[in-house]
Formats: sequence, structure tokens, C-alpha cells
Amino acid sequence: MIPMVVAVDVVKRFGSFTALTGISLAIDKGEVLCVVGPSGSGKSTFLRCINQLERADEGAIWVDGDLCGFRQKGEVLVELSDHEVARQRLQSGMVFQRFNLFAHLTALGNIIEGPVNVQKRPRDAATAEAIALLDRVGLAEKRNAYPADLSGGQQQRVAIARALAMKPKLMLFDEPTSALDPELVGEVLQVMRDLAHSGMTMIVVTHELGFAREVANRVVFMDRGAVVESGSPQDVLVNPQHPRTRDFIAAVLS
Amino acid sequence: MADRPATRLDPPNAYSIAHLKLVRRVFYGRWVAAILILAAFAFVVHAFANGQIAWKVVGQFFAAKAILAGLGNTIIMTLCAMALGIALGVLFAVMAMSPNQVLYAVAQFYIWFFRGTPLLLQLLLWFNLALIFPTMGIPGLFEARTVDLISPFVATLLGLGINQGAYTAEVVRAGILSVDSGQTEAAKAIGMTRLTQLRRIVLPQAMRVIIPPVGNEVISMVKLTSVASVIQYSEILRNAQTIYYANARVMELLIVAAIWYLVVVTVLSIGQHFLERHFARGQRGNPANRETAEARA
Repeated sequence: MIPMVVAVDVVKRFGSFTALTGISLAIDKGEVLCVVGPSGSGKSTFLRCINQLERADEGAIWVDGDLCGFRQKGEVLVELSDHEVARQRLQSGMVFQRFNLFAHLTALGNIIEGPVNVQKRPRDAATAEAIALLDRVGLAEKRNAYPADLSGGQQQRVAIARALAMKPKLMLFDEPTSALDPELVGEVLQVMRDLAHSGMTMIVVTHELGFAREVANRVVFMDRGAVVESGSPQDVLVNPQHPRTRDFIAAVLS
Repeated sequence: MADRPATRLDPPNAYSIAHLKLVRRVFYGRWVAAILILAAFAFVVHAFANGQIAWKVVGQFFAAKAILAGLGNTIIMTLCAMALGIALGVLFAVMAMSPNQVLYAVAQFYIWFFRGTPLLLQLLLWFNLALIFPTMGIPGLFEARTVDLISPFVATLLGLGINQGAYTAEVVRAGILSVDSGQTEAAKAIGMTRLTQLRRIVLPQAMRVIIPPVGNEVISMVKLTSVASVIQYSEILRNAQTIYYANARVMELLIVAAIWYLVVVTVLSIGQHFLERHFARGQRGNPANRETAEARA
């Protein structure tokens, strides 16, 4: 079985700043990987490279066997068009720190937007699925509410449902609970926990070390654009080997 | 400070004001201003009522055939020129935000040129295009004399529409910039191409910012069509002039035209109000989010 994501020597620069100094990782199908590390360590940038919101400057990423951003033609690599990149992005669902729900659409409208207008599925079927998804994240009665009238936790749960509606093979979470009031974190983590138990492949950039310990199959600690330590939650979060990992965990827990 | 005594009212009723008579403050200034303005207004009304205005003539020409035809032309020109202006505005706004340097430069030149020269001059340029291009056409397909092609209607449409596009481009650009970049990222993440992102996510949200200034411009377009009278486009003001050249009822016909302009602008303002309400859906605290209230109940 080929891994869901393979990253080889991924380098990303923003001007003179190198955000990723050469990341190599493989994530198996059904695996839940949590990426932890201090802010500015490149966790989010790596996640954004996987669904091509950022283009890696060097190295390569494969998602379910497809090379991101290029098509191989014999001995040459052809850069993909806007349209083809858009199609590749359908393999992964993305959940953002700031939710990014479409402000002019209701909860239901947000969820069916992609299925109807990108995947061209029939509106009736998409609506029925969207209602089932809203039910799954516990928001069936909020289907006609606009994002501005939902709490942060509710918005994030709608955002997860919106990503799932595209039937992705892989879910990417970019600090999904960092913008939430503390009492709303639990409801979002519960939805993510259920999703992990359903067998979805997930990459979660998070500061929730408790969640990582409980749900992750593997934890990666990143710092200054590189993977410092990788292993089971027990190894990385409880018995970290590297001093930088130890410092980070001590700082988060204090 | 530490041993401050607790406040005690003694006796308690010494602080009661319930039995006192209340004298409200009088706003003398407001009364004076209101009286002065009403007096001035009465003077103006009186002057017009006794002036040499034949109000009967106003009534007589209000729904005259030539006036209504001119009104129709004014409305048609407003709609066509505005449609062209908005289409060009969106196109050039997107070009002005393009990473392609050539598209960017062309958009900047367009905005610079058409905002930088008077509308009247542009109308005359279009109307007299035949002086520099006697014939126009696509080689091999069709060819026509420019004088036949550029009628007063076409010249006015090009002049007003293209000029409007330069202003609308900046309004649309501001609207697009007002939409949070997270919206585009979320649209990308669900696999939207650039055009779909613009059409489905960015422009509908930009409309909230775009509509008030564009509504303003539609209203000024209604009145700008009168400039086209110089190139023989028979809009309402030109038709009113044609009539008063014949019957010398200058003021009466100008009043007829003024009333019609006010009617059109009033109708448009009401339309703008409903359009703004439509595009404000999803805004925090918007009472129009009726379904939201239902969902809460």
C-alpha cells in the first residue's frame, strides 16, 4: 500500500527567510499525524504545501501517488494549470485556524458550495449529504444560520463538515482550535476525535498536546523549519529525547 | 481612606425630587432657525407661484410624446452605459490586480486616460472618429463607413460606458480588496479555479462595498446622459430644448425635465436600498438574516 502523503526534502522560502529547510515525511493511509512545535517553526507552511496553497521551492510531495503541482511526461516535469491544481486539491480537505467560512452563505450553503459548483453534483443529493454532515457535527438545527451568527466552535464544526462534503482522502487541520475561546475547544476536538476513529487520514497542526497524546498515531515535533523529533505520542510528548522538544513541552504545559 | 464612613441619607426624604415642578430647557436657537428657514421657503414658493411660469404649460408638456421619448432614451442610455461601465470595471479591476505586468499596465493606462480627460471631450472624440478612421471593420469579413457605424447612440454609449468603466474599475478593485484573503484560500481548498473563486465567493462579498458607490454613479449617469445632447443624442434634456426653441417656454420645459430626472433618481434610490439589503445578508446583526432567527428559535 502506498502512503497517503510522501514529502521528500521540501524547502520553502519567503524572500530571504527559509520556512522549511528540507522536510521528509511519509504518512500512511488511516494514520493520524499531529505536528507540534513553536510558532514560526514551519508547521502550517508544510501543511499548506500539501494542498498547494503554497508551492514548495525544492523537493516534492506526493498525495496518494500523485505528484503535487506537476505531471511527469517521460523525462520532463510539466507544471500543472490552475484547473489541474484545483482538481488535485480535491484530494485533501483543509480546516483553517480562522474557520474561513464563506460569510455570504448559510451553514448549509457553505457545505454544498463545493459539491454543487465544483464537483457538479446534483443539488438535491448534495443538500441531503450536507444535512447528514451537519447532523454528524451536531449542528443540524443551524443549517440556515449565517457564519456571523454562529459561535467560533460552531463555525469550525461547519468548516469541518464543508471539507468532508468534498469526500477527501485526507484531512488537513491548521491549528483548528487556536482561535477558539477555551470553553469551545472541546466540541471541535470531539468532532475531530470521531473523524479519526472513522479511519480518516489526518494531519493536524495543533497546540493541543492532550489531543495529540490521545488521538495521534504519530507525533512530529518541528522547529526552525525542520523535523526535530518524530515518533509515538509517548516517545515525543512524554519522553522527548531532544532538548528543544523538552523545552517546548515544558513551556506549553507550564 | 480605610476608615471612610458608609454614606447615610439623613433624613432620607431630604433627597426626594418627586414633588418638585420640572421646567424643561427651551431651545431658542432651534426655533429661530426653523422660523427663518420656513420664511425663506415660503418666499421661494411665493416667488415661483407669482413668477412668470405658466404651470399649465408644464402640465401640458409633462407627458408630451417628445418628452417621454427623450425620457425613454435617457433610461435606456443609463442602463446600457452603466452595464458597459460595470462590465469594463470588473474586467479592468481584475486586470489591475493581475500578476501579469502587461495586463496591469494596460489597466493602469485605461484608468489614467479615461479618468484624466473630460467626458465631453471623450464624447466628441468618439462622435468624430470618422475623421481619423473613415472606414472600420474586420478585413475580409465586413467593412462599413465609420459615419454610419458611430451613430449618436453608439458614440454616447462608448463615451459614457468606457468613461464609467474607468471609475467603476477602482470601485470594484476596492471591493475585491475588502474581502478577507481567507475566503479565497477556503475557496481554493475546496478545489475552485480562479474564475469560480471570483464569481462565487469574492464578488458576491465585494458587492456590499461596491454597491453604494456604484449606486451613486448610476444616479450621476442618469444626469450625465444630458451631456450627450451636444452630439445630437435625443435624450430628455435635448428634446425639452428642441421644444422650447420652438415655443419659447424655456423655464417650463426645464422644469418638466427636472421633475422627470427627480422621478428616475428617486426610483433608482429605492432600488439601491433593496439591493444593498440583499447583499448585506450574512452580516453580523443584520435583521434581514431572518432564517437565522428561525434557526435560533
